[in-house]
Amino acid sequence: MTERTLKDKTAIVGIATTDLARDGGRTEYSLACEAVTRAVEDAGLEMADIDGIVKDISDGIDPMYLQKAVGIDNAQYCSDSHWGTSALMTGATAIAAGICNAVVYYRCLNGGSGRRAGNDFRAAREMQDEGLDLLRYDFYSPFGLLTPDGLAAMTARRYLHVHGIDADQVGWIPVVASEYAAKNPDAVFFDEAIGLDDYTRSALRVDPLRDLDCAPGVDGGLAIVLTRADRAKSLRQKAAVVMGVAQGTSTEGELLSNYSRPDIAALPEVRLMGEELFRVAGIDRGDINVAQLDDRYAPYVAMQLEELGFCERGSGVAFCEKGERIRVDGDLPLNTGGGFLGGGFTYGLNVIEAVRQIRGTSSSQVEDAEISLVVSGAGGPADGLILRRD
Amino acid sequence: MPLEYVPGIPILRPYVDPDNKPFWDAVDRHEFVLQRCSNCDVFLQPPRPMCPHCLSMDSLEWVPSAGRGEVYSFVVFEADRMAYPGMKIPYVVVLVEMEEGVRLTANIIDSEPDEVYIGMPVEVTYNSPMEGLTLYQFKKRAS
Repeated sequence: MTERTLKDKTAIVGIATTDLARDGGRTEYSLACEAVTRAVEDAGLEMADIDGIVKDISDGIDPMYLQKAVGIDNAQYCSDSHWGTSALMTGATAIAAGICNAVVYYRCLNGGSGRRAGNDFRAAREMQDEGLDLLRYDFYSPFGLLTPDGLAAMTARRYLHVHGIDADQVGWIPVVASEYAAKNPDAVFFDEAIGLDDYTRSALRVDPLRDLDCAPGVDGGLAIVLTRADRAKSLRQKAAVVMGVAQGTSTEGELLSNYSRPDIAALPEVRLMGEELFRVAGIDRGDINVAQLDDRYAPYVAMQLEELGFCERGSGVAFCEKGERIRVDGDLPLNTGGGFLGGGFTYGLNVIEAVRQIRGTSSSQVEDAEISLVVSGAGGPADGLILRRD
Repeated sequence: MPLEYVPGIPILRPYVDPDNKPFWDAVDRHEFVLQRCSNCDVFLQPPRPMCPHCLSMDSLEWVPSAGRGEVYSFVVFEADRMAYPGMKIPYVVVLVEMEEGVRLTANIIDSEPDEVYIGMPVEVTYNSPMEGLTLYQFKKRAS
């Protein structure tokens, strides 16, 4: 076991999102510029204070172009990281290592209106043909299996089957997400809460996944500023100290199509990441006041609850039944901004909501929230953060 | 409805490279082979350049398979926007666990979506969705 080198070394001090929209009509470059400048301003920093830039592997805007647009002249550390929000770990590592003082992370995507592999089979294949897609689909695409929705549905079917779960009960996850989203002005996909009957009437998209199981794409940008924890105290916002941060990968990993591993009705990356995350933070599951899990696909939320140790294997759907445990006054308020189901699928939105809970500014604020968990990357390489009040 | 294609829309070809070419060449001949590591006596799918157990690149071989297995999981493409336009919806993609232990995806070509279940015995067959393309597929098998 290595020592807890990243515990309490850094803090999230700035967050920002642009307007989020189904069709925003802007370039991703423009979204990146706005999100980054607003996050730096939110932190009470100057652009000259930013000396590190990190992003995930799939974001299309190169740090070099961001730099010249926003006037960061001397970034001493720039890095593309792995999937999800693992770039925040990259940034925290660079700060803890003394390489830089303040790192900005950005994620900017026209995921609603633009060409995105997640939503459209033809787009996915075009991107593959152009070499833009890093994934290998040799054994899937000739059979009409290519979109992430289809790939995820295969795992969802096996999960429901192995544990004898009534698929309709998965609907409590989007139902509660819609309740939270209806209160969050940033979440564009539910103006009002839905009921379980709306879920069971929702069209089967790729059976067993219904439309309401799948987070829609959204146009928008976001940025997050990390700095040294000791420096965070004097800044504008209440700091969200990074108590723990971790990544996880596992056997026979692919993005969603992990079909060759011994058991596909599981998320071993999340389990391994979670074990490390709680070890680094030095706390237990019961210490978590509020959680943001990856709800790109509703059944994966149940699987994450199991893998993270909040409930027994196979009982994640039952954990969410009727929503009592996961509403704002429950044992584990979950995806309190409406999640990706309510806000659109863009990694980082979940981190921003986790920070808002620490600041006390969520649209569904958990009373006295002191410790906030966020997980990204369910079904592929996973990462997570535990944030705490300073 | 068994698997049907939409005329005039090409089916996506597998991306063939030196690591998987023996598999697809065999499929062209209506033969079904699987990659195996002769050191470890384990089958590997998808095909790859190295055995992850012994890290050998020389021990990989292609061995004939009877092509028998059971449905391990499956999905049914129901919605136009999410389905491949060259295939008529609803269509089924099965993930089959072969007797050798490895799993492969393909369509099931002779079954209605509501006939398919986890544990269903299936075997490999072949089809030719368009000129110059042969695919392995699955069909029902008596248990």
